[in-house]
Amino acid sequence: MSGWRARLRQWREAVEKRLPRRWSRALAVLLIAIGIVLPFLFPPSSGFMNATIIAITYAVMALGLNVVVGFAGLLDLGYVAFYALGAYTLGWLGSGFFFRLHIHVLVSPVVNSLQGVHLNFILILIAAATICAGAGALIGLPTLRLRGDYIAIVTLAFGEIIGVVAVNGQSVPVGGGMTLTAGNLGISAVDQPYFPGIGSFSLLNLRPWYWLILAILLFVLFVNIRLRDSRLGRAWIALREDEIAAVSMGIPLVKTKLLAYSIGAAFGGMAGAFFGSYYTVVNAAQFQFGFSIFILSMVIIGGLGSIWGAVVGGLALGYINNYLIPDVLNNLPSHFGLNFQLTQVEFGIFGFLLVIMMLLRPQGLIPERRRKLELTAQIAAEDAQLAEVPGTVAGPT
Amino acid sequence: MSTAEAPAPPAVAALRAVHITKRFGGLEALRDVSLDVPQHSIVSLIGPNGAGKTTLFNMLTGLYRPTEGNILLNDRDITHARPDEITGLGVARTFQNIRLFGAMTATENVMIGHHARMRAGLFGAILRTPRVRREERETLARARDLLAYVGLRESVFDRLASQLSYGDQRRVEIARALAAEPSVLLLDEPTAGMNPMESRALTEFMRKLRDELKLTILLIEHDMKVVMGVSERVTVLDYGEKIAEGEPAEVRTDPRVIEAYLGRQN
Repeated sequence: MSGWRARLRQWREAVEKRLPRRWSRALAVLLIAIGIVLPFLFPPSSGFMNATIIAITYAVMALGLNVVVGFAGLLDLGYVAFYALGAYTLGWLGSGFFFRLHIHVLVSPVVNSLQGVHLNFILILIAAATICAGAGALIGLPTLRLRGDYIAIVTLAFGEIIGVVAVNGQSVPVGGGMTLTAGNLGISAVDQPYFPGIGSFSLLNLRPWYWLILAILLFVLFVNIRLRDSRLGRAWIALREDEIAAVSMGIPLVKTKLLAYSIGAAFGGMAGAFFGSYYTVVNAAQFQFGFSIFILSMVIIGGLGSIWGAVVGGLALGYINNYLIPDVLNNLPSHFGLNFQLTQVEFGIFGFLLVIMMLLRPQGLIPERRRKLELTAQIAAEDAQLAEVPGTVAGPT
Repeated sequence: MSTAEAPAPPAVAALRAVHITKRFGGLEALRDVSLDVPQHSIVSLIGPNGAGKTTLFNMLTGLYRPTEGNILLNDRDITHARPDEITGLGVARTFQNIRLFGAMTATENVMIGHHARMRAGLFGAILRTPRVRREERETLARARDLLAYVGLRESVFDRLASQLSYGDQRRVEIARALAAEPSVLLLDEPTAGMNPMESRALTEFMRKLRDELKLTILLIEHDMKVVMGVSERVTVLDYGEKIAEGEPAEVRTDPRVIEAYLGRQN
């Protein structure tokens, strides 16, 4: 039994080795091409397009969290904080919320005459990434001396703090009768992205939104891949594996960890700013603890530490959450004479999915290369052990 | 391998611990221990289990801070430097119970050792400038060279460290330390778990390291054959205190050392 499994493994490894890098490049180009033309296959404002845009934004967040949790091994349970900060950056810099100010940079002619701060969306993206990178480092500071579960507790607390600040920010004056946030009322009428030559985005045509978030995803993917294969990426994994050995080999602990927090947070902030604009409102009620867990589930289901895993995990949960459950299967229980809708039990469904994954494929959908190597080595060792024991037959366990 | 220093008189200490005391709460792990490691020498640190040898190592590499006393590297005070800074200044080490990065390949482990000598920053890594590319290439080539130098078979270079045999793991650990281009190398029980033949080979290798790479080596060792065979000087610790110091032959006959190891004869 183990004979053909070993042979199959050898065969697959041989194929993987011989498949030149060019093939994977070609595959990537093909996927990007499909991604670009995809919207033409659907009506410009269909539910599926909407779900796709949200799913891609989740994938961006999952990529960000993957840097912190997957690469550097710092269990961050407060990632929603950066969604919030990114969204508020948009609320502050791309709406009439600060109504006493009149600042306009590269915005549409219509918006140009409105009060408030109105920056071009690209500038807002950069601002969101920068602000969140700073906040990420700040939140990371108190966790530097902690390990494992304790990091989780501190980051969780920070996520909650940001949520509370968002709610109570409406009582925090920042001068001129203006407040920090609009609490549960939300900062509404935020700007839609505008690009000279393309015009303003609108929710009647979702295609430009799709291309924008796709571009953000590709950018974040690119940065992720480059970092993974760099000196910094290696340092993160070394810290994750053995902190004492890593610092003894010359890796600066503080700088390396804070960079992981900052970069992860910056991606979350970009996704947050996009969401703020796409949902047309920045509301304190959006930033719940459950969202941190939701993003973490994407990273884990995709495969901890795996870049493509984070993308697939984000897309999968995004589609399940925003398309499969509400649009396709929502009334399924009523066909069986049950009096509820699937959207009412969606967290139950996610929990169930997570348990199933942990049982059947603990390494995630697309496991990180190293983890795959480790697992195959373990299996091989177990097989060898079983083969040595007389009277047992090594087989699938 | 280390950047060539001006030829110093042999008496100069490369690494020097001055009146080190370390207390963990009420427990005194080391009391007033001084130690000189002369340049280009091999010095052994011996003593029964719990004598404070590894504690001293941890202070020399910045993992612990001494409660009192100073540590000097080439006459520069490094008592309060961080471990990564000390590595950058030229001290590298191995660990008593091997601490390789299990999920990384042997080559990647050694590349980590070179971290302190690399320059690539965040944006360099993202843009992958020609300079960064060259640095990566050179680091990889150097890592493979070092693995060959410590005697690893090329077929296991790209195996995960956790899958290597015990002896190979020890080799990779030494290669990883050498990748930091140290001037002082600290080896914590390098022959633990080795058979006499392997120990002898390692003894030879330590001499080779000192002569070819101009290293200064401080080692913790239990195997007396190795200690007597390789070291120019021996320091003996017992219960956190230095009880003897000198050439191997002197130390071997020192009654206090015999007592510490074998007990008092009544």
